[in-house]
Amino acid sequence: QTVTVTVLDHLERLALVDFRDAEGVERLQKAIQFADQLHEVNTDGVEPMDSVLEDRCLYLREDDVTEGNCMNELLKNAKEKVEEYFVAPPGNIPLPKLEERDTFLQ
Amino acid sequence: QVSAALKEGRVTPTELCQRCLSLVRSTRFLNAYITVAEETALKQAEESQKRYLRGQPLGVLDGIPVAVKDNFNTAGIETTCASNMLKGYISPYNATVVQKLLDQGAVLLGKTNLDEFAMGSGSTDGAFGPVRNPWSYSRQYKEKSVPKSHSEDEESNWVITGGSSGGSAAAVSSFTCFAALGSDTGGSTRNPAAHCGVVGLKPTYGLISRHGLIPLVNSMDVPGILTRCVDDAAVVLGSLAGHDPKDSTTIQDNFEPFELPDLTDVSKLTIGIPKEYHAPGLSSEILALWSKAADLFKNAGAKVIEVSLPHTCYSIVCYHVLCTAEVASNMARFDGLEYGHRSDMNKSTESMYAATRREGFNDVVRGRILSGNYFLLKQNYENYFIKAQKVRRLIANDFVKVFRSGIDVLLTPTTLNDAVPYMEFIKEDNRTRSAQDDILTQAANMAGLPAINVPAALSERGLPVGLQFIGRSFQEKQLLTVAKWFEKQVKFPVIQLEEVKRLDHAAFQHQKSASFS
Repeated sequence: QTVTVTVLDHLERLALVDFRDAEGVERLQKAIQFADQLHEVNTDGVEPMDSVLEDRCLYLREDDVTEGNCMNELLKNAKEKVEEYFVAPPGNIPLPKLEERDTFLQ
Repeated sequence: QVSAALKEGRVTPTELCQRCLSLVRSTRFLNAYITVAEETALKQAEESQKRYLRGQPLGVLDGIPVAVKDNFNTAGIETTCASNMLKGYISPYNATVVQKLLDQGAVLLGKTNLDEFAMGSGSTDGAFGPVRNPWSYSRQYKEKSVPKSHSEDEESNWVITGGSSGGSAAAVSSFTCFAALGSDTGGSTRNPAAHCGVVGLKPTYGLISRHGLIPLVNSMDVPGILTRCVDDAAVVLGSLAGHDPKDSTTIQDNFEPFELPDLTDVSKLTIGIPKEYHAPGLSSEILALWSKAADLFKNAGAKVIEVSLPHTCYSIVCYHVLCTAEVASNMARFDGLEYGHRSDMNKSTESMYAATRREGFNDVVRGRILSGNYFLLKQNYENYFIKAQKVRRLIANDFVKVFRSGIDVLLTPTTLNDAVPYMEFIKEDNRTRSAQDDILTQAANMAGLPAINVPAALSERGLPVGLQFIGRSFQEKQLLTVAKWFEKQVKFPVIQLEEVKRLDHAAFQHQKSASFS
């Protein structure tokens, strides 16, 4: 079963990463094929496992501030900033639709 | 031994540091290091020297040159994960494990090369080029190579280090440092350890803090330790293990550093040989070595039993799904806003993110992110992601059953073959290679168990082959004790690096003795 272009487009939007070329799409196809082998295993009655430490209690520390005040250091690595703000381009604008995007999937 | 020498004043930390640094320079063709922190290393060495002169070294690791894989944050030093996405990123903090090493006085020489974001099994897919296995330049390998025509020199014949902590393994193997940190998610510490003839330890998940380790798969990542002998691994483990309030997935039990006893009587040991690890593609050489090792234990009086881990063959598929899913989530933080590469595209936030990620990630990373997102789609979640989590439990249960039946330690091969030449390796794509090479190491990550690669012998091609011991959860002392006994029996040969011999011969002699403990 090949993956439809709709799904591929959907993936590019979700991941915000591009397939780049036919090889990229092929890679996904092969990955899915590979993963299909999982269905050979009988998992009736088996609970999913999130973590190997599931039998232990997660550590929660006291809600006390122990460090911080490192604004300058954190801002150092950002390319675009103004005073103490990270600068981002305008938001709430969805990625252009498939037909209008510069993508291989076209 | 080096630690003793430092204490006795036979060599000073600054001398040691300088020799290691010059060795790093002369082995640059290996491409093991991405960043060499010369100035800070020398400063640290000077501080260490002052401490020794006062008679107050911080511990065994004081003054010992170490290297750290480039996916650990190191304050003030560039951390790239071998990716364009993080080129130029200077960490504002030290990963907990790095901090612990520095607190013990270790001298950080530099950051080692890896596969981009630790995805891969060859250390060939990074933005800074592939790492070359030092054994490609050893007399042992050259002697066994088919003599080629004069024009086709060793330039084309060099073999890979394995991955993804290949840089760390190469750094330790070529004597440029005494210990290195790697990371292990699917075998990334043990695989290159086997190919480079060094000890690679994957501790139990939850024993060592992951704070500061740029995450790949949160439920399977652990920092790994690479050293030239098992005793050294125990020393490093001693300084790194323990609860970290900054990593809530570290267990709260008290950890006591230990010294490894010299085991002489193995008659109380039960060694398990999982038959499924006789995987298709396992080279006959390694199979024979594995048998020989089992016999070694048997003849020394231990009980050696064949056991079964029936879901082993599904561990790679399961890993594939869980890994890509977690990767899809973990890589989402790279959007160019707070750190790392940022594209010039400015039309909208989303298009900026998309352009940044398209420019910053290589094919492997992008491929995994897309696959991961596919498995996490609403229509696929139950069938792939949840299913894989169920299979994970089956795999972990396999181990529980086996250890409950009286087995102390499992003995398996680490890799299917000895290191392949780079030209061979790149003929298959990253995912295929990973699927092939991780088969023997992956299950231990699934179940969170400790595992260690011990170099066992040289192959017919003159390259190292290692064997793997898998232990019970949090029983590193037992695991390492058995590994140390095995290491003593096997007497793995020292690498004879030709080019390096030309250099400061005295330094080479000093470091040839392999261990610092």
